[in-house]
Amino acid sequence: MNDVLIPKIGVVTDVRQDTPDVKTFRVVTPDGKKAFEHMPGQCAMLSIPGVGEAMFSITSSPTNTEFMEFSIKKCGCLTDWLHQMEVGQMITIRGPYGNPFPVDTELKGKNLIFIAGGIGLAPLRSVINYCRDKRSEYGNIDIVYGSRSADDLVDYQEIIDEWEKTEGVNVYLTIDREQEGWDGHVGFVPNYVKELNLSVDSTVLICGPPIMIKFTLAGLQELGFKKEQVYTTLELRMKCGVGKCGRCNVGSKYVCKDGPVFRFDQIDELPDEY
Amino acid sequence: MFKISMNEADKLFKAIAESDTLYLPIEKGDQIEFYEYHEGANVRLDALHTVKSAKDAFLPNCETMMEFKMEGKNIEIKEADRIAEEFVVFGVRACDARSFAILDKVYLSDPVDSFYAARREHGIVVSMACNRPEETCFCNKFDIDATNPEGDVVVWIVGDELFWEAKTEKGTALTEKVKSVLTDADSEPVEKQQKEVKAIMEKLPLNSMDMEYLKDADMMELFNSPKWNELYQSCLGCGTCTFICPTCQCYDIRDYDTGHGIVRYRCWDSCMYKDFTMMAHGTNRKTQMERFRQRFMHKLSYFPINNDGEFGCVGCGRCISKCPISMNITKVIKALGGDN
Repeated sequence: MNDVLIPKIGVVTDVRQDTPDVKTFRVVTPDGKKAFEHMPGQCAMLSIPGVGEAMFSITSSPTNTEFMEFSIKKCGCLTDWLHQMEVGQMITIRGPYGNPFPVDTELKGKNLIFIAGGIGLAPLRSVINYCRDKRSEYGNIDIVYGSRSADDLVDYQEIIDEWEKTEGVNVYLTIDREQEGWDGHVGFVPNYVKELNLSVDSTVLICGPPIMIKFTLAGLQELGFKKEQVYTTLELRMKCGVGKCGRCNVGSKYVCKDGPVFRFDQIDELPDEY
Repeated sequence: MFKISMNEADKLFKAIAESDTLYLPIEKGDQIEFYEYHEGANVRLDALHTVKSAKDAFLPNCETMMEFKMEGKNIEIKEADRIAEEFVVFGVRACDARSFAILDKVYLSDPVDSFYAARREHGIVVSMACNRPEETCFCNKFDIDATNPEGDVVVWIVGDELFWEAKTEKGTALTEKVKSVLTDADSEPVEKQQKEVKAIMEKLPLNSMDMEYLKDADMMELFNSPKWNELYQSCLGCGTCTFICPTCQCYDIRDYDTGHGIVRYRCWDSCMYKDFTMMAHGTNRKTQMERFRQRFMHKLSYFPINNDGEFGCVGCGRCISKCPISMNITKVIKALGGDN
């Protein structure tokens, strides 16, 4: 009998050190295939038996037919263990969970603005690469990405080698403080967003620390953006992933199955407990 | 309808236990709980309530879901077997019987929880009508008829006789198995008792509690009520209410190293605990007020919103009798409704 709580086996086939505390893991099944299909913004439960299981956003795009990737920041018990993994290590994986960003409906044909802070780029990278691979189906793409320092920019090599070179894609990087060797923008994401003269007819996808989201959203509203134009993805403690264990319940919603992607006008209807 | 003398009830239990595992209210130590029947067990059908509800039958306090064998970098997964044999839960009160329908809405909705579903499939519920409701009872507020509970078989104890009526196919099949110990009965004594008990239910103190306002209450208005700040003050956050509650449905999944492998099990959990929502960066419900509010908002607002207005409470009254500081859902309902 099949049960969503019973995971599959995944094998780590590549480990990339992105920043001092973020690694990106490539995962396939033991016979070398993708564990399952997903859409951008959906998540998966990863686990090391005996340590724990937790929800992670799938950072690779579904257009990648060979493998899935997860960018994971070392910040707790399970992620500490995940960071110790070497190539060949098995983990367990189950999913996909939650609703994706509406890439094939509301976002189609739109100008898109991606705003990310730190590890908040992980869920957006899936959408960005999906839209780059289906470039003709979307308008202009602006990507504003900031982190504490130049060393904390996740996927930096991919950003400069691939994203910046894609037609119609503008990348705006910023770091919090001056740093030797950095000649790019310095300053916090919310302020940078206000300076960029972004087109208010765009749809915005934002993910990052709560404080960044709060001030960026306020800034966007000052610029004339409506909450209906802005999407984010929420993160809460989860155990089951399918709206039964009760952990990620906020108001009448379960972040795992009703989210994690929400528009800000939808978030407004929920108690402020996320 | 059939019957058997209460003096011979043991014959009935033996007849059931011969073919199926039988669970019923049994006194052990000073506590009455649903335990497996054995000869000489101190069966207490007279008890209004077991301490814990009957939900263990379908959602056990703790159950193993899978085991992992770890060798070097390799992992092997072995799923736990689902229950495959029939079992009978006997003596389930009307409130607890309704709680199964509430749990079904969570565990049988897509994606179906196969562990729960197997237990539901193989479990036979023999519910027991109430003949002595107490002041803590308020099941009638949830349109539950204590004199005619839901179940595969319903039994009534009238005087020194136990009346038996099958209500479903499963119940009829069980009746066939135990028919030899039962005799045909007239339903008149049962109907007479039902009338009497219904009259008592009408007079119970909690019958006057106003719940109507909750039916079209606004979620955010309830959430933002200033009453939460007064109500939660005495809450110890012990979680007793969640563990005795027939409708509390939240669970935890944990791993345990047996020394020979890893067991992944599921167990009941409580939203009253701080670590329920704890993540590496902290918890989203930092204060006991928020956790207290979550439990009652879920039962009185969130669950009804998602389930055609059905409340996540069956009025069993266990939280009224067990909360160490005498807080309970009826106090919350009254306070939110403006009645102190």
